[in-house]
Amino acid sequence: MGPTSYQDYDVATTSESKVKIALDVNGEATEVAFAPHKTLLEVLREDLGLTGTKHGCELGECGTCTVLLDGTPVLSCLVLGLDCAGRNVRTVEGMAEGGKLHPLQETFADLGAAQCGYCTPAFLLAAEALLASNPKPSRDEIKDALAGNLCRCTGYIKIYEAVELAAARMRGEKAEPRPESLYGQ
Amino acid sequence: MASKSSSSSRRVIGKALRKVDATAKVTGATKFADDFAFPRMLYCKLLRSTQPHARIISIDTSAASQLPGVQAVLVGPDLPIPFGILPVSQDEHALCVDKVRFIGDPVAAVAATTEEVASSATDLIRVEYEALKSFASAEDAVANPEPRIHDYGDVGNLHKLIDLEFGDAEAGIAEGDIVREDLFFFEGSTHLPMEQHAAVAMWSPDGKLTLWTSTQTPHYVHRALAKVLELPAARIRVIATPNGGGFGGKSDPFNHEIAVAKLAMMTGRPVKITLTREEVFYCHRGRHPTLMWVRTGVKKDGAITGMHFRSLLDGGAYGSYGVASTYYTGALQTVTYHIPRYHFQGARAFTNKAPCGPKRGHGTPQPRFALEVHIDKIAEQLGLDPAELRLNTLVPANSLTANYLRVGSMGLGSCIAKVIEGAEWKRKFRKLPRGRGVGLACSSYISGAGLPIYWNNMPHSGVQLKCDRGGGVTVFCGSTDIGQGSDSILAYIVAEVLGIDPFDIAVVTADTDLTPVDLGSYSSRVTLMSGNAALQAAERARQILALHAARKLEIPGERVTFADGRVFDAQDPKRGITFAEAVQLAEAAEGTVGTVGSYTPPMSAGKYRGAGVGPSPAYSYSACVAEVDVDPETGIVRVPTIWIAHDVGRSINPAAVIGQVEGSIYMGLGEALMEEMAYRGDLKVVHKIPSLLEYKSPTTLEMCDVVTYLIEDPDPNGPFGAKEVGQGPLLPVMPAVANAVFDAVGVRIDEVPITPEKVLKALRKKQKGEVGRYGPESFPDIPWPEPTRVPTPWEGGDGKAVSLQRA
Repeated sequence: MGPTSYQDYDVATTSESKVKIALDVNGEATEVAFAPHKTLLEVLREDLGLTGTKHGCELGECGTCTVLLDGTPVLSCLVLGLDCAGRNVRTVEGMAEGGKLHPLQETFADLGAAQCGYCTPAFLLAAEALLASNPKPSRDEIKDALAGNLCRCTGYIKIYEAVELAAARMRGEKAEPRPESLYGQ
Repeated sequence: MASKSSSSSRRVIGKALRKVDATAKVTGATKFADDFAFPRMLYCKLLRSTQPHARIISIDTSAASQLPGVQAVLVGPDLPIPFGILPVSQDEHALCVDKVRFIGDPVAAVAATTEEVASSATDLIRVEYEALKSFASAEDAVANPEPRIHDYGDVGNLHKLIDLEFGDAEAGIAEGDIVREDLFFFEGSTHLPMEQHAAVAMWSPDGKLTLWTSTQTPHYVHRALAKVLELPAARIRVIATPNGGGFGGKSDPFNHEIAVAKLAMMTGRPVKITLTREEVFYCHRGRHPTLMWVRTGVKKDGAITGMHFRSLLDGGAYGSYGVASTYYTGALQTVTYHIPRYHFQGARAFTNKAPCGPKRGHGTPQPRFALEVHIDKIAEQLGLDPAELRLNTLVPANSLTANYLRVGSMGLGSCIAKVIEGAEWKRKFRKLPRGRGVGLACSSYISGAGLPIYWNNMPHSGVQLKCDRGGGVTVFCGSTDIGQGSDSILAYIVAEVLGIDPFDIAVVTADTDLTPVDLGSYSSRVTLMSGNAALQAAERARQILALHAARKLEIPGERVTFADGRVFDAQDPKRGITFAEAVQLAEAAEGTVGTVGSYTPPMSAGKYRGAGVGPSPAYSYSACVAEVDVDPETGIVRVPTIWIAHDVGRSINPAAVIGQVEGSIYMGLGEALMEEMAYRGDLKVVHKIPSLLEYKSPTTLEMCDVVTYLIEDPDPNGPFGAKEVGQGPLLPVMPAVANAVFDAVGVRIDEVPITPEKVLKALRKKQKGEVGRYGPESFPDIPWPEPTRVPTPWEGGDGKAVSLQRA
């Protein structure tokens, strides 16, 4: 007979004691306590209630959990929550300000760049980081910047168009969607 | 009842409006199933089989049960009642009872206070298996009837055998100037929604169960829960959360949904499960790997004289939608090019792999790939332009096919003309330098199935509508938004009819307590069916409001017009009242203003056994030209551009339609070039690549440019003329790419995905002077049943089978 009690095995039992860190989340000083093994993804979703950040694999393969850490896109499923002490985290919940959508949110909504919407928060943040460093990206530069994010609904095209349109507006141009992208050729 | 408003006066239909849920989606406010959390919530983990095919000798859960934090452990015998999406294949259990049938089959479930503890507890469960011979392919299952994977099915390990003959196909084929025979293989692929399936169950001491779940079919989940849990349906509430991608992969009732429901009942606490990505691969229900053989007689001008089509589907371990999938591999060949006599034989095998089911296009992308490459080869053999050949053989609008499918509007000719022109086909076809090529393919798809999944004579979709005296309108419908925009469609249609802003409409959907039944988001049925139901409900509301507005304005009812939030006199638009005032007048006179609408598809023309799969209120059509670059040194195929024209009948929202077209092209491109459910073919039938990294799907770097043309030829059966768009445009992509590869380098890849390895093998064979082809070489002998013989309409047939009449 093999072992018969859980005590014969080396398994996790009750939760480890929590650790507390201070960080900046969407521009707000925040304190949060969590089990030390937790990823940033888990801390955001489970301990801070910020469920706008999604997950598709929790293995760093799909890009769906992308958030900005000190302005840089990271896969929050691969970042330990503990490593974020004292740092700035930006999630989709922080994009709209004063009840007004971010230009990227406006164009994603208007062009249909969000279909099921599940990968959308990650694309928005990756695009925001791109535009922060490159206000006028070419189509190929957009593709490169978003190559780590998978989307199964859109075929990416409306996402490129939404990024281009938002970029133009953020540069102060009066830009409108191209008629063929809304109505076809 | 058709809407009276003319297209020119439309305020909403045909406009590229924001979707009603778009703002929630771009702010992260949309609540998906895994975003739900409740106080005292437990976490569920499933223990899955490590054996592909084995008898369960014993399960020891004692150590798991003792683990601190574990609240309940569940095994197969706790839930002995089987379920399944189709009434004819109720072959699944919430947890395996006596046998496991694939690696990943769930055998036990644990609910614990944390996910980590639940996971540890599953590690403590000891299962003793007795291994059985396992089956890795359909051919394997054909060759070995024993041991049987299931104790039901047509013969041995063949789940389903179909033989349908419409007219004397052999005689028809013999009338051809040429007879062409080809073999094709379509590899299995999976939906890969970005959202992993998740469900949360809650049990209330008053005997009520609530389940939030990422499902495309809350109504069918509702039925399965009632059956397996032996609860009255009235005590179960299923709420389909917005799906983070579905594509058919969330259309079955699933083990995990039933497991969390039972665990919630046992513990009295909310229980949540979120599948890991690996588990999503085991849920699967994706594209059936399908071997196909086709033999066609053709006149010199390309006219088809007869066709014989065979398919062999690898169904994986369970029935799922498989019987319907098998029929679908033979159903829609007839709705594009006229086939006067047609013989279809289809077989579905059980194997020890994750169960296959409906993936976008459900059973039709495989035969469409075969047919469109076959037609391309016929055109080549006859020296005809494949575009001309297709244009000369189109099924006419408003006609009946050999297998009794009623074609209504038919815009395929316009679709072909558009893409041929846009892609500069005549300049490019057979004229581009070696390594670059163009290929054409077409397709058609149903706008909803003519029959429901379980037999009943009730509507397929229902809508309730409530007008508030403040001017707001709420529309209730069981339909489920999986990203395709079905919530928006309801709002747009009601807004158009009542002349109000779609954003003044509250949409309540996919909640079995609150919303009338809609059968679900599958078979491209939702815009047409829930759209028609919404149209009827809205027209009825308008009638009530118009009556009282007419009295107030002292004008005849037919002059009452609804637009821009007002109700006014068509002859003197300044004379009018607000929409809210119209509601108040009606409410004062008649009481609460609410209406209902529902939709039932027209009767099918076919009356033979099997005639239930294929009929649809309307068929969409697509034509596609793919341009490819093939590197003869590496075999790598790149697709720079695809031109696609889609006959959608009428766009309710053209931007949403284009979104579906582009998404379909994307998913088709993945199937054409890289996506495959790969298994190790040895005794241990194990999935090679159950991860998002190893299962290759197109990223931004592989995705092609897409040029989209919308063809609008309104169909009388669609709301405002609308037909489907979610699935049809995927179908022509794979054959168009295959045909383009031939144009580029002169080799035929009769199998998808078209990987570099296959291209190189075909090129090497060609260099050696052999036939430059990669694909299957044979089709196994299958014990086909006696055919069901159905005389065609042009032979005086009435849709009934001859053999059935004899019996």
